[in-house]
Amino acid sequence: MQQPLAPAQREAVLRVVAANRSRPGALIEILHGVQAELGFIPAAAVPVLAEELNLSRAEVHGVVTFYHYFRHAAPGRQIVRVCQAESCQAMGAEALTAHIKQRLGVDFHQTTADGEFTLEPVYCLGNCACSPAVMKDEEICGRVTPERFDDLLAQWRRKS
Amino acid sequence: MSIDIYVPRDSGALSLGAEATAQAIAKEAKARNLDVRVIRNGSRGMYWLEPLVEVATAGGRVAYGPVQASDVPGLFDAGFHTGGKHPLGHGVTSELPFLKSQQRLTFERVGITDPVSVADYVAHGGYQGLKQSLKMSQAEVVQAVSDSGLRGRGGAAFPTGIKWKTVLDQKAAQKYVTCNADEGDSGTFADRMLMEGDPLMLIEGMTIAGLAVGATQGYIYLRCEYPHAYKVLNEAIAAAYQARYLGADVMGSGRRFDLEVRLGAGAYICGEETSMLESLEGKRGEVRVRPPLPAIKGLFGQPTIVNNVITLASVPVILAKGAAFYRDFGTGKSRGTLPIQLAGNIKRGGLVERAFGLTLKELLYDYGGGSATGRPLRAVQVGGPLGAYIPASQFDVVVDYEALSAIGALLGHGGIVAFDDTVDMAKMARYAMEFCAVESCGKCTPCRIGSTRGVEVVDRIIQGIDTERNVRLLEDLCETMLQGSLCGLGGMTPFPVTSALKHFSEDFRNRARGLGHDERRV
Repeated sequence: MQQPLAPAQREAVLRVVAANRSRPGALIEILHGVQAELGFIPAAAVPVLAEELNLSRAEVHGVVTFYHYFRHAAPGRQIVRVCQAESCQAMGAEALTAHIKQRLGVDFHQTTADGEFTLEPVYCLGNCACSPAVMKDEEICGRVTPERFDDLLAQWRRKS
Repeated sequence: MSIDIYVPRDSGALSLGAEATAQAIAKEAKARNLDVRVIRNGSRGMYWLEPLVEVATAGGRVAYGPVQASDVPGLFDAGFHTGGKHPLGHGVTSELPFLKSQQRLTFERVGITDPVSVADYVAHGGYQGLKQSLKMSQAEVVQAVSDSGLRGRGGAAFPTGIKWKTVLDQKAAQKYVTCNADEGDSGTFADRMLMEGDPLMLIEGMTIAGLAVGATQGYIYLRCEYPHAYKVLNEAIAAAYQARYLGADVMGSGRRFDLEVRLGAGAYICGEETSMLESLEGKRGEVRVRPPLPAIKGLFGQPTIVNNVITLASVPVILAKGAAFYRDFGTGKSRGTLPIQLAGNIKRGGLVERAFGLTLKELLYDYGGGSATGRPLRAVQVGGPLGAYIPASQFDVVVDYEALSAIGALLGHGGIVAFDDTVDMAKMARYAMEFCAVESCGKCTPCRIGSTRGVEVVDRIIQGIDTERNVRLLEDLCETMLQGSLCGLGGMTPFPVTSALKHFSEDFRNRARGLGHDERRV
């Protein structure tokens, strides 16, 4: 059974819809807004959005699932994205990725047991002259060696 | 008299600590009772020197880099705020060989100005193109773009003027100008640098386009992996509205042009123009069948210009200085300048804007300084994940549309990713297929399923299973994808795969013999 939206979640969804209703073709903008508020797109938000925007559930579900950025479950408090694309591969992204997975004890799309970090792959951060690149939330980091990652991780843990 | 110190807010500089550096400079200046103004500019595109701090002096701007926050007290001790000597000093920025030899038209102001200051933009020649275009008829503006020889810098290299003329010729109540800022190709970052370093130039280009074809609404479709560009663009758009360069009365002309940024959501395919339009409409980014062309039936079914960031940002200079000025740069059918991005395993990575005509060798060694690791360069991939791999034996090729095409490669968006001799090209071929499998929109079977099968076939080759048969199967699969896909994702993923097979056959064929990485090459 699908979890119904909590009242606060429903309110957040409706607030985002209201703020964007007059913008043409705004479903993706609305989904960005919902994810910014709730951290993910709950399955139960789909029928609410469909109803509000006069779309079918299938249309909304189709969009939510098409885009890699939209998540279907609550993530950790911080999100770490590691670039997997060619430029970063040329500078050791494969070894870096293995190191990060080992350090965090998770694979891609998983969250650490303490709920702190979710690890995601990303395909290019546009920081290809400073490869390999990692992004933590919106903080971008370049020339990330395993040692530098450990330093960054210690900083991120302190901030949490 | 205050001292102007520039610290970039470009993502690349931020990724190396520019924020902490900027804060340290402000703090140290205050502690020393110095009247310092810290200006957050774009990047000069010399990423091995980032964070690159510049100090304005009577003799021009002086560069120091890479400057970490911990270097700041020492720099002040050495009097860097008056251009003093320091081991991190490089002298006058514009005299650095990497910059001095460039011909920066599109990147003229990037790294020079405060990106969100309209006054700074205008003081450095901004909005001259729009001003000129307002004195011309719509057809004359479109003609000037045609005459300049400008071709789409996103990768497809379609003549921009023809696109604009098609939109101009349509009768419609509403037309659109859309900017494709879904710069997803690995090794490319010119769009990002421009949006973070001189967003007003893009805004001016889009405004000229809108007024020229009769479109009152513009959208910038920006990938969500660029949160810093998103901030800068929105600040710049707000500043342009404030100064009445956007809105109901553009530069007092009585004509309207509105502009907003829309975020993508992590789908590579949305860099394909029809997929981008679907996404802008709030739908799944599935590729549309053409015809109809977007210029005739584009966004919300209306006539729409779809151009890349660099294409639109090239427009102001064409209008300001004339089509002939722009056309006189370049060679053959590749006119104007090209911002090349040096990336991957390269000592001096960054942005090189020059007229077409440089060879790969000049770019990789004269500008790039060879590999970052100090090992020999073995291969480069030009034009993103759908571009061919080029072996060292072909580094003499000229980097323009036609010359690259003649050797089965493509220029794309001008990104060059360098690999040293530790690269395993069978793994890179596998990655090309894997990337296509992750990013396929699912519409065409050869792309959606073929890419997954491609990963499996390359895996068997890597394991040394039935090599010759699997190589033939891989070639056959590539042919099917090439012929049977609507857009470039499925249709061009074969390029990196087949070029790797062709030029680096030993990485595929010698695996069955159980040889190590270096032994395979003998």
